[in-house]
Amino acid sequence: MEKLLKDFRPGEIGMVRNVKADGKIRRRLFDMGVTPGAEIMLRKVAPLGDPIQISLRGYELTLRKTEAETVIMEVSE
Amino acid sequence: MKFALAGNPNSGKTTLFNALTGSTAHVGNWPGVTVDKRVGMYKKLGEQIEIVDLPGIYSMSPYTPEEVVSRNFMLEDKPDGIINIVDVTNLERNLYLTTQLLELDTPIIVALNMSDLLAKSGATVDIAKLEKALGVPCVEISALKGNNLQDLMKKAVAATKEKRIGWSVVKDSMITDLYNEVIGLYESTDMTDKAFHAVKMIENDELEIVHNLEIQEKVNLLKEDVDTGIFQGDYEGVVADARYKNITAHYSSALVKKENTGLSTSEKVDRVMTHRIWSIPIFLLIMFGVFHMTFSENLFYLGGLIPDSFDSAIFGSGKINSPGIILTNILGLGTGWIDGLISNALPAGTWYTGLIYNGIWGGVSAVLGFLMQILTLYFFIAILEDSGYMARVAFILDRAFRRMGLSGKAFMPLVMCFGCAIPGIMGTKTLENDAERRRTIMLTPFFSCGAKLPIWAAFGAVFAAQYSGINAEFLVFGTYIFGIAIAIIASFILKNTIVKGDTQPFIMELPTYHSPQARNITVLLWDKLKHYIKKVTTVIVGAIIVLWVLQSFNFRFEMVTDSAESIIGTIGRGISWLFVPLGFGMGENGWIFVVAAITGLIAKEMVVGTLGLFGGIEGAEGIEAGEIVGTSLGVLMLGIGGTIGGVSVAIPAMLSYMAFNLLSVPCMAAVAAAAGELNSRKHTWITIAFWMITSYLCSLVIFWLGTLIAWNPIIGISVAVALVIIIVGAIIIREKRNSRKALALL
Repeated sequence: MEKLLKDFRPGEIGMVRNVKADGKIRRRLFDMGVTPGAEIMLRKVAPLGDPIQISLRGYELTLRKTEAETVIMEVSE
Repeated sequence: MKFALAGNPNSGKTTLFNALTGSTAHVGNWPGVTVDKRVGMYKKLGEQIEIVDLPGIYSMSPYTPEEVVSRNFMLEDKPDGIINIVDVTNLERNLYLTTQLLELDTPIIVALNMSDLLAKSGATVDIAKLEKALGVPCVEISALKGNNLQDLMKKAVAATKEKRIGWSVVKDSMITDLYNEVIGLYESTDMTDKAFHAVKMIENDELEIVHNLEIQEKVNLLKEDVDTGIFQGDYEGVVADARYKNITAHYSSALVKKENTGLSTSEKVDRVMTHRIWSIPIFLLIMFGVFHMTFSENLFYLGGLIPDSFDSAIFGSGKINSPGIILTNILGLGTGWIDGLISNALPAGTWYTGLIYNGIWGGVSAVLGFLMQILTLYFFIAILEDSGYMARVAFILDRAFRRMGLSGKAFMPLVMCFGCAIPGIMGTKTLENDAERRRTIMLTPFFSCGAKLPIWAAFGAVFAAQYSGINAEFLVFGTYIFGIAIAIIASFILKNTIVKGDTQPFIMELPTYHSPQARNITVLLWDKLKHYIKKVTTVIVGAIIVLWVLQSFNFRFEMVTDSAESIIGTIGRGISWLFVPLGFGMGENGWIFVVAAITGLIAKEMVVGTLGLFGGIEGAEGIEAGEIVGTSLGVLMLGIGGTIGGVSVAIPAMLSYMAFNLLSVPCMAAVAAAAGELNSRKHTWITIAFWMITSYLCSLVIFWLGTLIAWNPIIGISVAVALVIIIVGAIIIREKRNSRKALALL
């Protein structure tokens, strides 16, 4: 099932299917390892509701919901 | 022989650099961009080996100044070898940069750092397997403990003896054929690093294209026949994907993991530090602690427990000083001693005593007075930074800061400004987005710095003694809050007007927590200290000499005994009408306040000193605020603004004067620092104009609102409330419209 990374709940795990961001942000996400096939777990949401913290490739990354909105994930039902 | 030290941020690069080079490092700025470069010597192998510490990067893309600087250094300065430091506890992401460095023809050695931490977690790296896959030597080290560093350097030197040809992991990917054809196009040129250039060309890298337009045309033709699947012609995506696929396939298997045993320490710490509810109170508590340790004269509020008989010039009397104050007092003993030496050595009353003792030494010692507090503040912030907590602060605060057009990363530089605007401005380096960096620099004066405190304290003391309704401490505290409020409003206005552009994307690593390294912090403090002293002394001493000339001579270059007749006195009287609308320019002594405010544009330490000079007290900048009450200077200050229709407007004029000093150009040294970071004459002038206009307008509003309240409190307060409602309402409406626009775009 397809789902945006933005809509993940803490603890939810999925696999990146595609990244829809443009230019610099897209490149930055790729550089940080958010590439198709990467497994991502949503670790937590910041106290004010944004940004979010994800765990991937053995490390922790934070990004805003506007960026997470561009990451299309594949989750098992 | 010259080596470049390259690696991800947080890979232990600084620790390795410090361990290899000892105290030989010196910091310089890269030409054109504001990124620090450090060079040091490794001396343990007999020959002189130069090590260049490149900024920490994740990639060799052309998007951030750090990346461009590192890339240009490796392509153009041609080091003899590259030491690629890799954090083994985070192997997958760290090797992503390695796959890019491998494309260069330069000999490479991979330093697998934090091997001790990996061993502790029960995992091991299969070095032989990794070396075979990468085709370059790999050495396990611990930069922190100094393990294997000599072995690393020996192998690094040996690696430079063999010629190396770069290769790319793209050769085994979905675009293998394209890669082979493109590298074929480069074969006919005499360029080095062919694999690197070929991959960059495939990625449509802007820096690569401008140099090889002809090849680009041919590559574009070749690309027409390539199917890139889900990437739909996005070659940057294809290449990044190829790198990570390659890493997962070949190198991740070199890492032998033990079964995952629950939460790591970092995760446990973060359960508290970034907790949904507790994180913000904890953060506020930490920040309060830092300020308390730096500025408080009653450490941990132990005053009640310490006997009144306890009396020490350094540690406090009847209570205990914070480390910041204790250090300041110790330095004070030193400067006091020098003070005595100078005043004894110079004959009293000569012109050069005035220049050297009152002018230059007076200014330098005033600046030195803040040095220890700034350093203490730096020390605590460096600990928070080095431990990994500052990244969490950015995470916690980002949402709140974004509302004002800043990101969470702007927090640290702005906090520094409470100590001094100069390190704050220098700290904006960490902001990647130009618009955001400019906005942050423009806000720096609004965070009241240490040099402004004597102004608030002096006015607070004098006015509290005269008017029972004024509380000195409340006035000082209120000034800080006022500054922050203005910063929020100004930031919002800037975002929507002269410095448009949204905040940078916020995609940031949250590094693993570790205990701060004493050595890293010492090196950092030492660097900052040198930088700060250099900037402050050169600019401040220059400004003081200029000011001294302006205040000792008249326009015919004759020495004057009455400063009112001096160049600056004449100018001050000439332009004081400009400040009549602000209140403090009014009255027969208005020009004195104007001159003092102008000297404050050079350095805020001088405001009280200048007022004292004209008010008949020499060395007023050195005396305690409370002691001014009742002196001729105190009388001068109480007369600020004069009268309107027979009614004194001293209080509104005082508030207007404080606002002007708070919000205007902080000092010449800060202007120099801002010019350095903005790196543009135009933006520097815009920034200066913004400071002047903001201070003028705010003072204008405060004075007339204050006068209105003094005249008729009901009307005055109603107007003030209406004004606040209008400002807050305008911000809310604009925010709503902005977010609706953002939604419409999606």
